[in-house]
Amino acid sequence: MSVLVDKNTRVLVQGLGKTGQFHTDKAIAYGTNMVGAVHPSRAGTRFQFEGETDHSGVPGRDDTYSVDLPVYATVREAAAETGANASVVYVPPPFAADAIMEAAAAGLDLVVAITEGIPVADMIKTKRYLEGKATRLIGPNCPGVITPGECKIGIMPGYIHKRGKIGVISRSGTLTYEAVHQLTLLELGQTTAIGIGGDPVHGTNFVDCLQMFQDDDETEGVIMIGEIGGTAEEEAAGFVKAKMTKPVAGFIAGTTAPPGKRMGHAGAIVSGGKGTAEAKIEAMTSAGIVVADTPSGIGEAMLRALG
Amino acid sequence: MKIHEHQAKQLMATRGIPVPMGRVARSVDEAVAAVRPLIEESGNPVVVLKSQIHAGGRGKGTFAEHPDVRGVIVVTDGIEGGPSAAEEKVRELAQQMLGSTLVTVQTGEEGKQVNRLYVEQGVDIERELYLAVLLDRGSSQNIVVASSEGGMEIEKVAVETPERILRVEVDPAIGLAAFQANELAHGLDLQGDAAKNFTRFVKSLSDAATDLDTDLIEINPLVVTKDRQVMALDGKMAFDDNALYRHPDIADMRDETEEDPAELAAKNAGLNYIKLDGTIGCLVNGAGLAMATMDTIKHVGGEPANFLDVGGGATADQVTTAFQIITKDPNVKGIFVNIFGGIMRCDVIATGIVEAVERVGLEVPLVVRLEGTNVDEGKKIIEDSGLKVTNADNLLDGAKKILEAIGQTKGAAR
Repeated sequence: MSVLVDKNTRVLVQGLGKTGQFHTDKAIAYGTNMVGAVHPSRAGTRFQFEGETDHSGVPGRDDTYSVDLPVYATVREAAAETGANASVVYVPPPFAADAIMEAAAAGLDLVVAITEGIPVADMIKTKRYLEGKATRLIGPNCPGVITPGECKIGIMPGYIHKRGKIGVISRSGTLTYEAVHQLTLLELGQTTAIGIGGDPVHGTNFVDCLQMFQDDDETEGVIMIGEIGGTAEEEAAGFVKAKMTKPVAGFIAGTTAPPGKRMGHAGAIVSGGKGTAEAKIEAMTSAGIVVADTPSGIGEAMLRALG
Repeated sequence: MKIHEHQAKQLMATRGIPVPMGRVARSVDEAVAAVRPLIEESGNPVVVLKSQIHAGGRGKGTFAEHPDVRGVIVVTDGIEGGPSAAEEKVRELAQQMLGSTLVTVQTGEEGKQVNRLYVEQGVDIERELYLAVLLDRGSSQNIVVASSEGGMEIEKVAVETPERILRVEVDPAIGLAAFQANELAHGLDLQGDAAKNFTRFVKSLSDAATDLDTDLIEINPLVVTKDRQVMALDGKMAFDDNALYRHPDIADMRDETEEDPAELAAKNAGLNYIKLDGTIGCLVNGAGLAMATMDTIKHVGGEPANFLDVGGGATADQVTTAFQIITKDPNVKGIFVNIFGGIMRCDVIATGIVEAVERVGLEVPLVVRLEGTNVDEGKKIIEDSGLKVTNADNLLDGAKKILEAIGQTKGAAR
């Protein structure tokens, strides 16, 4: 098993610009079931171009580079026609929140929002809109979700992943790659890696992901990578202490970050004495989480946690 | 993005939120000229002279050039001497304040130059309160925070007397409800006209936060005047940078003189740079990894000179700009490039580094750690370039190597 996505996940793409093209090509090459595209003014045409990646390793594809997907006017129509149950959002920031809500309104199981720079107010409304709906949102401002060997939704490099037994949850893109790479080198591999994103208001949080990995038979341990800002890591530590039976390792970025300065991510800021790395590391350690001193030690920390 | 107090008050005034009358002054003459109309219109012989910088603690701060002059001064000379006496005092003070360096608890020792003053009417204060609207990440909503302890540092109040802090969540679908405004007024022990004026004030402020896409609005103090008016005696506003595209008028309020020149140059190049006090320059892709790189440098005993995230799709030009910014910092004794290429290819980064060094020059040791997409091509480009670069196997190894390299440089200098 895995969580969130697998070989049966059928994915739509929203946002057909340069980024959407580039990553649709990569996703198809990885073997992801890309089934359609959504664009209000291009409905009835094809999302068709020559990609830069060889697709010949994917079973059932005789051509090697070309991408050719049907374009629908709305997510609702696309889902009805293709049986899609997930979508990936590359829509530019001013329109991205609307794209997320549209995917939820169409009843998709999963929306992965890659877009960086969505206004906070838009996400506040979107989050409220999603309440009571079955759709799960990952992101925004995240690398996406991958179940190695089955389904890659997002912008992470597929080849550093390897199917295995560790679940990965992270607020940061490249730090996720660090952890994944080490797990691959250590032959531990990953069940699913989830980037939850660096924005202050986002969909799925650490606790949601920890619960999913706790319930997943194949996952034997979990890595959580946090950073300064907010109190999500402290809440996750509380959950680990109270509910998790599987070993958890982690890392927190931003020990040296000066207060009052946003460190790149909109959500990464220490203000009013809240959101410090020290408080997070302390909470995690006291919950029995093995916290690595440096990112280079994340894999080793997982090994220690596994015992 | 932050704006000045006088700009925040202007925004509030246009939305019908009560603020004292005031005029902004960029010269001594403008400051003096503001005095008489303010006294005449308000009927209050007192005026207040307020330094406009993007930092708090102005009232207690003093000028480096004039240690006995504070950043905010209440001018009372008009009470006995009339407007002319007030003008005379304002002239004397404005001459000392404008162009001088104000040092407050928030500016650091180097302080900030004062280029504008805000001249404001005096207000007869009965009570000082605290009011703010900001994002609550836990509930993914804005919250209104109010306290009876106006004028105090709210963090201190939160620790020492948490029961004096009131907070309500603002539902994005309906805004601040009337009953919530009433609850706050009641909690602050306001009655009659003061309560009525407060509820109107807090509702307008909460709506302003939503409409203007603020990260934070903080009114400290919010005052109740002797005649039961409720007004913002101070006003701090910060905006969501990602939403500025829909507020061009607010975007125009940016005061670039308040920003660090290097950070500004980086921002204009699409880079995320924050200057720190250490000696090791960092160039990293990804915000989380950039922070973690700083942490690792510190972990092995060094001090990072900066945070720098070149982002997910940096061009060779951006890498060059990044190098220029890092090497301009005289404290930098060595540079550590740490790239985990996902979408960004290592060969592109390597080309950027080589070009940057050719264009900018390199006088300090450089350690490069490349991992990820096209890593071998990237390493080869750097090797073939003949640059004096130390390769690192991983992040920790790289951090150790740049420290060693700096040690060697020091040895050679002796």
